[in-house]
Amino acid sequence: MEFFPVISLITFLPLIGVLFILLVRGDEETVARNARYTAIWTSSATFIVSLFLWINFDNTTADFQFVEKIEWIPGFSTSYHVGVDGISIFFVLLSAALTPICVLASWKSITKRVREYMIAFLILETMMIGTFVALDFLLFYIFFEGVLIPMFIIIGVWGGERRVYSAFKFFLYTLAGSVLLLVAILVLHYESGTTDIPELLSYNVPVEIQPWLWIAFFASFAVKMPMWPVHTWLPDAHVEAPTAGSVILAGVLLKMGGYGFLRFSLPMLPIASEQFTPLIYTLSVVAIIYTSLVALAQEDMKKLIAYSSVAHMGFVTIGIFTASQYGLQGSIFQMLSHGIISAALFLCVGVVYDRIHSRDINRYGGLVKRMPKYSAIFMLFVLGSVALPGTSGFIGEFMILIGAYKANTWVALLATTGIILGAAYMLYMYRRVIFGELLKDDLKEILDLDFRELCIFTPLIILVIWMGIWPQPFLDVMDVSVKNLLENYQLALNR
Amino acid sequence: MNLIPDLITAIPEVTIVVLTLLLLLYGAFIGNKSTGTVSWLSIIAMCLAAILVISTPAERVTAFNQLFIVDEFANYAKLLIIISAVLTIILAMPYNKRENILHFEYPILILFAVLGMMMMVSANDLISLYLGIELQSLSLYILATIRRDSVKSAEAGLKYFVLGALSSGILLYGMSMVYGFSGSTSFDNLSIVFENYSGNNSNIGVIVGLVFIMAGLAFKVSAVPFHMWTPDVYEGAPTPITAFFAIAPKVAAMILLIRILIQPFGEFFDQWQQIIWFISAASMILGAFAAINQKNIKRLMAYSSIGHMGFILVGLVAGNESGTQAVLLYLTVYLFMNIGTFACILAMRRQDRMVEDIDQLAGLSRTNPIMAICITVFMFSMAGIPPLAGFFGKYFIFKAAIEANLYTLTVLGLLASVVSAYYYLRIVKLIYFDDALDSFDLPVGKEISIITIGMSIVVVFFIFIIWPILNTTAIAAATLFAI
Repeated sequence: MEFFPVISLITFLPLIGVLFILLVRGDEETVARNARYTAIWTSSATFIVSLFLWINFDNTTADFQFVEKIEWIPGFSTSYHVGVDGISIFFVLLSAALTPICVLASWKSITKRVREYMIAFLILETMMIGTFVALDFLLFYIFFEGVLIPMFIIIGVWGGERRVYSAFKFFLYTLAGSVLLLVAILVLHYESGTTDIPELLSYNVPVEIQPWLWIAFFASFAVKMPMWPVHTWLPDAHVEAPTAGSVILAGVLLKMGGYGFLRFSLPMLPIASEQFTPLIYTLSVVAIIYTSLVALAQEDMKKLIAYSSVAHMGFVTIGIFTASQYGLQGSIFQMLSHGIISAALFLCVGVVYDRIHSRDINRYGGLVKRMPKYSAIFMLFVLGSVALPGTSGFIGEFMILIGAYKANTWVALLATTGIILGAAYMLYMYRRVIFGELLKDDLKEILDLDFRELCIFTPLIILVIWMGIWPQPFLDVMDVSVKNLLENYQLALNR
Repeated sequence: MNLIPDLITAIPEVTIVVLTLLLLLYGAFIGNKSTGTVSWLSIIAMCLAAILVISTPAERVTAFNQLFIVDEFANYAKLLIIISAVLTIILAMPYNKRENILHFEYPILILFAVLGMMMMVSANDLISLYLGIELQSLSLYILATIRRDSVKSAEAGLKYFVLGALSSGILLYGMSMVYGFSGSTSFDNLSIVFENYSGNNSNIGVIVGLVFIMAGLAFKVSAVPFHMWTPDVYEGAPTPITAFFAIAPKVAAMILLIRILIQPFGEFFDQWQQIIWFISAASMILGAFAAINQKNIKRLMAYSSIGHMGFILVGLVAGNESGTQAVLLYLTVYLFMNIGTFACILAMRRQDRMVEDIDQLAGLSRTNPIMAICITVFMFSMAGIPPLAGFFGKYFIFKAAIEANLYTLTVLGLLASVVSAYYYLRIVKLIYFDDALDSFDLPVGKEISIITIGMSIVVVFFIFIIWPILNTTAIAAATLFAI
């Protein structure tokens, strides 16, 4: 079992599913059915294999584990190098866990061009997992950018009315940020002579160029995150994407930005990170308060959740740049928790959207009378999103705020208002959708969750409560890696 | 003077000359009935030449009183030229049958053009350079007008001829200036002469001559501001010929430009770098913005190729070995992407007529999913999105630029690539997001299918074949800097 290439297996298993789907022949109905089943089986298999990573993960070392390294472009010291550590492992698990859920969530709502849809999702899964396991900067960039192609197609083909506009905005915004990242990679390669991430982590980047590189990194990760004021693509993309597309966008793609800050900005450019911390704090606080207020005014459920994502990601950036054990662990935890909760919230919206075909809050009301199960589940995730103790959202934001209080009291104070506002807009939305009089005629006929939908929500419910009540298994895994990162960070600052 | 060793050095070219003349005779006797045979025979002739190119000894050899040079750098370019010519003829055969352009001269002229280009990349003297350029240009003028009853084709050919002749004149004028001020036309002698120039002010005439030479060659690669002819000629010429125009002459002229600027004029690096910097930046930006509003796919490809030439010139601005290597890599990638795209354009037919309007691609993913995937792959690749081939072209180009401290140009170029991504995406949008029109004529023909699918496979799986290509291009680039 020693040399079993488990990471490559997880990364490229979905592509094998793609091959099978491509080989399916027959009339449209057969193709659609086979594509659905192939997608669910391959993505579930990927998830099960990825659990193997967690079970066999060694908590006591900060080194990369399950490493595979194959020469790829020898003259350029670029190789196929993959592995996970305590920081990246949960993102891999998150991507692997959300994909089967997405496939299941699109089971009935996607009826046209099912084959292409499933292919796009499986390719997307490969790209997402690849981003988190890549230990070579060029390889990372390839996966990071490669995500754009399937996502562009998913939004553009299966999206809502303004899908073309949103797809273009999403693509071009992200690409514009990413090319600057590419420049930074090229400069780093030129300076250090390698694109290998472990080597770059121990390489001391000259102080003069650190700010420039940091800005280039920031341009890419801030767009992906997204941070205020470059967040405007997110509401559009979320609103127009099909439910499963929103789930992946909120659940995984946003985390790539945070992962980038954690993996690259902070450890590789410590001095610049220290310099730019006030900028990050300011932008994050503005994001938290401003987007919360914007969310309060939304009439579209998906848009509301999208703005709430921007606010939650504001907490994450604050946590990362406090450069403290609490802040960093809290950020990773918050990203995981947000990945699950926001995914679940989009799925909740998807449930009623499938039935009524509207995302307008005013279109609903009194759903609790017809849909008790749905209302209970929706309630749980709403409370998770407003960080109620006992849910995963609480642990993440609480840890971040502890870290922030130590670093800068004002930032922590202002960020806390975001939690209050968060409770306001989420509960206000929930009240208008679920409670009140059941007046609309078509709502009187609406059906509660069926078995398939319960299957989708059950694992998410378990995770949210588990992470909220007993977060220790998660924190243990990331503990050593985060400590190691922070030690190196402090060393670099004091040099 | 011993002729035999010289001829052996130039054996691929000699083979092509002899076979071309034989084919010309054969065609002249049999008439237009022989077009099919001549086409296949010319493909065989070029494959033979390619084999000879591969098997020629690797070290640098000159022949014919240093008029002619053979090295890895030239050989690599020759292979690219031959591959694009072979694929063009394959694509052209069914097209010509349908459009009723059954001239046996067609493959012969392509052969002559290939011969001219091979001489260009092997030129080691201003005179042989000019001969090569004229041979290829004259063949290409005729090829552009080969559809004699079409007004557009005639217009394209005439425009190409007039402007091409003008640029040749400028080139020749520059060469005479250089000769007048340095007393030699041989690249080897020029290098020696210029080495003694350093610090001497008497070289202003040479610099003026150099500027003229660069202007002439920039016209051939259709770099801004000498690009005006490109969209019209691309639109008017028969589509397989457009594919040929988009690749082979540009490869040849680019290689020639690199050889002449790096070798004899290497001493003037600071002077020509500014000019090429501007040409490169202007091409990238114009290529990105001007293509946005194009409705005709061939015109769009023209602007796209202007943009690509801008990217390739970045490698020349860097002026270092890795820059030259990146140029060769980019040209290779460019060949795959362009041939594939033009093969797709050739499949755009309705009621047995070519359609060239971009909007006609709407909903292609419904009517012809395989072709839709192929075009999408080419478009994302041209936009430089990883993991497709186009990304690696850009990556290595800009890597060389960073090594030469060209930060401004790098950022400009990458932002231009974001803008250009917009119009590539527009095609993807038409194919996938819009409602379907009637299907294009089916079947598309096996030649087109094979080339389209083959090229998209190469573009998608380029990550696996990049290593051997990088090795070869590294050797080729090294020979240029060895002296």
